Amino acid sequence: MMTFESLAGLAIILVSTAVMVIGALLARRGKRSAPFRPIPALARLRQAMGLGVEEGKRLHITLGKASILDANNASALVGLSTLERVAQMSMISDRPPIATSGDGALALLSQDALRATYQRGNAAEQYDPDLGRLAGTTAFSYTAGAMPVVHDEQVMVNVIVGNFGPEVALLTEASEQNNAFSLAASDSLPAQAVLYATADEALIGEELFAIPAYLNASPIHQSSLRAQDLLRWLLVLAMIVGMLVKLIELFTGATIL
Amino acid sequence: MRSPLAAAIAIALGLIVLAGYFFPLPILLNVRTLLLGWGVTLLGIATLVGIANLVVVHWRKMRRNGGKDLYSPVLILAFLLTFAAGVWFTPAHPQYQRIVTAIQVPVETSLLALLAVTLAFASLRLVQRRKGWMPVVFLVSAVLFLLLASGMLPVSTNTPVLGDLFAFLNRLPLAGARGILLGVALGSITTGLRILLGADRPYSG
Repeated sequence: MMTFESLAGLAIILVSTAVMVIGALLARRGKRSAPFRPIPALARLRQAMGLGVEEGKRLHITLGKASILDANNASALVGLSTLERVAQMSMISDRPPIATSGDGALALLSQDALRATYQRGNAAEQYDPDLGRLAGTTAFSYTAGAMPVVHDEQVMVNVIVGNFGPEVALLTEASEQNNAFSLAASDSLPAQAVLYATADEALIGEELFAIPAYLNASPIHQSSLRAQDLLRWLLVLAMIVGMLVKLIELFTGATIL
Repeated sequence: MRSPLAAAIAIALGLIVLAGYFFPLPILLNVRTLLLGWGVTLLGIATLVGIANLVVVHWRKMRRNGGKDLYSPVLILAFLLTFAAGVWFTPAHPQYQRIVTAIQVPVETSLLALLAVTLAFASLRLVQRRKGWMPVVFLVSAVLFLLLASGMLPVSTNTPVLGDLFAFLNRLPLAGARGILLGVALGSITTGLRILLGADRPYSG
């Protein structure tokens, strides 16, 4: 027997899937859709990446410490998509990007993502397994392990995307000390607060999930962002309806729900 | 070219696990439990491979830098000592846990102290770094809610007007946090769906 929560969850998933698939199909057929609102942080990231490639400096992407089996692994998966896209965009650079992570599986997936990207770009010789590293297995050891990469590897851009704790401030501080640009996004609330104060550019809330779409990953990334927007409006509508129902119940004494 | 077989297997397994959440049929629940069990085992192995990779990276770095880099030898030595002690005593041994905790806790506590100083300086630089009124709002709210949560203000919930005002202010961060978490949840749904549709493949296959 399905509960109301299960039914609602299933409906959300089906609606989102339909919006994503239809949006992607329309985009492939060349149908133009309304442009996304500009996110200045991502425009600055593109600019900084271009400068970094031009100057022969390295890009560092750190993917957080979320385990792939945890409920908060979505941020790590977004980090992997971002890594793939960043590696594609910086393929002409003399120094390939480095990915660090705080989880063994995530480190292996980052190596795999880099290898696949270079193979697709006919640049398999650029791939080095050392470019996808496990920096540490606890929150602080991960941060401490990623800091030398920021200091020693001629990094000009640090992309910090994933699940972190407040200790991520040590990483952004290391970036600041090396005059590198840092863009940070996390699904964790304490990390978001800390990153707002310490990173050059910070993405708040669901902006994290917009990174692949804004880096022009594929039509499905862009349509998934539209599905996300639609879900948000549905949620807002549900909240307003819920509030009105509560108010009516309060003033009339009737039980509606 | 990515392997369609790997994608098909990943999508099928993802759909089975997802179906297990929505349709509580015994067969689906059993398969889901089995698959998650395999996942946990693979994750353990992946962690071991990741640690081996960490040691190899530092070994190469140590050889490349010809002894200039002090961190890599310390890491390798610490790893070897911890690993040997873990094999000798077993990780559950109280003596082993006491030794590891005695090293790890002070090191992490000192990093935490460093973090406090870093955050204090970062908050001072915030207004300089970001333009507009948002950094000011951020700083004022940080100080205000720090004061409220500290319990230093002598206002109880029974105080006529101020009590209600403070109760309202205490609820504000919760409302904001819920809003952000709802956005994160929606993003997580679409990210998961992209993987189930095979659009995002965090594996090369």
